[in-house]
Amino acid sequence: MSLRSPLGKVLGLGSAKSGASHWWSQRVTAVALALLGVWFIGSLVCLDSFEYGAVTAWMGGPVNATLLSLFVATLAYHSQLGVQVVIEDYVHGTLKTVSIVLSNFLHVVVGALGVVSVLRVAFGSVA
Amino acid sequence: MAKRDKPLVRPLSPHLGIYRPQYTSMLSILHRITGVALSVGSLLLVYWLLAAASGPARYAESQEFFTSLWAQIAIAAWVFSFCYHFLNGIRHLVWDTGRGFDLKVARKSGYAVLIGALILTASLGYWFLIRAGGAT
Repeated sequence: MSLRSPLGKVLGLGSAKSGASHWWSQRVTAVALALLGVWFIGSLVCLDSFEYGAVTAWMGGPVNATLLSLFVATLAYHSQLGVQVVIEDYVHGTLKTVSIVLSNFLHVVVGALGVVSVLRVAFGSVA
Repeated sequence: MAKRDKPLVRPLSPHLGIYRPQYTSMLSILHRITGVALSVGSLLLVYWLLAAASGPARYAESQEFFTSLWAQIAIAAWVFSFCYHFLNGIRHLVWDTGRGFDLKVARKSGYAVLIGALILTASLGYWFLIRAGGAT
């Protein structure tokens, strides 16, 4: 038998019940980014230069393209999770819902742009 | 009706106005601030990738942007944010396993993370500045 009062149910009070997956995803992406991040910074340090040729040659290799795509996608996901929590803390009401939806759209677009760019260079359809 | 039309305004306990800043709260908010800074900075990262995918002309344009003073400052801030958020993130993950909450340990790990981030940032900045001649 539920201890929630009918009024409490209707007002939407009480536990949201669905935060655990967010918490776990944040941790898993954090570990992934720790590893991918080290690789990314290390790769930049080892680059000969930031000229067009050097950068695209690095981006285009199969391993680099894969890891870079995963880095960007995971970054977008981890960032979306984090930004959502920040919005939830400081924004309330309808503005909160709108902000979270906008943030989600923005993260998906930015993540997709990053991955598509890497793939474009990797599969060689650059002008 | 699902919600009150006008919520009752009740008095709140004071918080930011009366609490002295401590290493615990300052390092914590810094983790959030660097997180948001990284999110914003990822826009620059994706811009760089987009430019690389758009041919040498576009890439040259982006290089002009990235070698400007403001961009260099932004990149330096991003590098520090990355290093701090990375190290403090590991500190958080260790906490998630239940370890490191002892006051002495927490204080030491906190300062270690901050100093480590500064050292890492300085090293990376030095490397990129010297080796790449200021161009990033």
